[in-house]
Amino acid sequence: MTEGVLVQTRAGARSPAVDAAVRLRALRRTYGDLVALDDVSLDLAAGETLALLGPNGAGKTTLVRILATLLRPTAGEVSVLGCELPRQAWKVRGRLGLLGHEPLLYRDLTIAENLRFQAALHGLGDAEARIAELLGQVRLERRADELVRNLSAGMAQRAAVCRAVLHRPPLLLLDEPRSHLDPEAARLVEPLIGPCGGSTRVLVSHDVEASLAESDRALVLGARGEPRYQGPSTGVSPGDARAAYSGQP
Amino acid sequence: MSAYRAILAKDLRVELRTLQSVPAMALFALTTFVLFRFGLDRESLSGSLAAGVILATVLFAAILAINRLFVAERDEGGFDAIRLAPVDPASLFAAKATALVVYLAALELLALPAFAFLFLDQWGGLPGVAGVLLLADLGLAATGVLVSAIGTNSRARDLLVPLLLLPLIVPVMIAAAGAAAPMLAAGGPSYDDVGRWLAILALYDLVFAAIGYAVYDFLLED
Repeated sequence: MTEGVLVQTRAGARSPAVDAAVRLRALRRTYGDLVALDDVSLDLAAGETLALLGPNGAGKTTLVRILATLLRPTAGEVSVLGCELPRQAWKVRGRLGLLGHEPLLYRDLTIAENLRFQAALHGLGDAEARIAELLGQVRLERRADELVRNLSAGMAQRAAVCRAVLHRPPLLLLDEPRSHLDPEAARLVEPLIGPCGGSTRVLVSHDVEASLAESDRALVLGARGEPRYQGPSTGVSPGDARAAYSGQP
Repeated sequence: MSAYRAILAKDLRVELRTLQSVPAMALFALTTFVLFRFGLDRESLSGSLAAGVILATVLFAAILAINRLFVAERDEGGFDAIRLAPVDPASLFAAKATALVVYLAALELLALPAFAFLFLDQWGGLPGVAGVLLLADLGLAATGVLVSAIGTNSRARDLLVPLLLLPLIVPVMIAAAGAAAPMLAAGGPSYDDVGRWLAILALYDLVFAAIGYAVYDFLLED
């Protein structure tokens, strides 16, 4: 594994050791005999963005689900927003926003009903105002009363962005967040999930150039979930990142 | 409490909108009554036979709803969305169990008059039977939600749910049939010894509600 040096963030100089939003030590996750993640260590400071890169099956989604408290690590230490997982998962839930492959929206509820449901789960006080604000930002206010099952994939993804950021989470876990979005829609959601949003972000994307450009740190995983590079995103070029996860020297 | 209300309201809203569970249960129950009517070749039933017919029908109809209880959570990511929120898993258990009780009550609202119309000579015991069914519904719901949660991530869930549920629900059947049989007696309803069976039903309900509350957190973990 290549270890980068710490670290000049976009927000200014920061030491991940001081206020680590995500801290991994020797993380390992297996599914039976299959090793999904192997000996992954990482520090990500609050406000930073991590580009999580790797080929299909490298364990990127597994890592995101572990950080989201949805999967337990097989071995190693995981700390998210100062809480040790899985022991303190209940403390960190509600402070995470997950945008994954599925929109996590009920198809037989409208967009507004889905968001109200999420707001109730998170105990949001200003739910209606917040929902109206978000739907306005992603230009779905006129579709608020439409069933999710009737939406296009791009609209469902925009609604999913609203769901993920509804409770203003300090940590965003973004697994291919711009999938299904056309350039205009991607521009609309940018203030909510982009680097200027203020949240710490873990960003999974197959767009290596864009990921590195909008991140402070990078973690490149190989095909067996082993870390090939971990350090500042400026320390690895898109070509090197691709070469690292494809196993080339 | 707000999570409980939100999950329950969501489930009831989706059921009202899609009508996926209750109409299927009602149709199943009516068809089963017709089959019993011709299969037993009897124009009227009473006592333990009548109690067995109504209870077995409700139990088998309940399996349809129990199988579907977590379909949206599994297929549409509801489990993840709920687990990402600061929600006590017991809220999910309680909301799902309440939704199932509502479905069963709606089923019985339709099935009980149909049963009486098809099989009973006199209807005096029906209010009591409705009370017994409601108490049985609580146990059925507590057990059903547990079993449904266990089966939900299994590819063989359609097989697993009845295989796990039916043995667990035998005490409910025995106690509910014991309580309902004298209410459906040929000579008119009797309430002798009903209290003992109702106490057993209530105890079963409490035990499985407590088990569900205690273990539900673990069932939802990966």
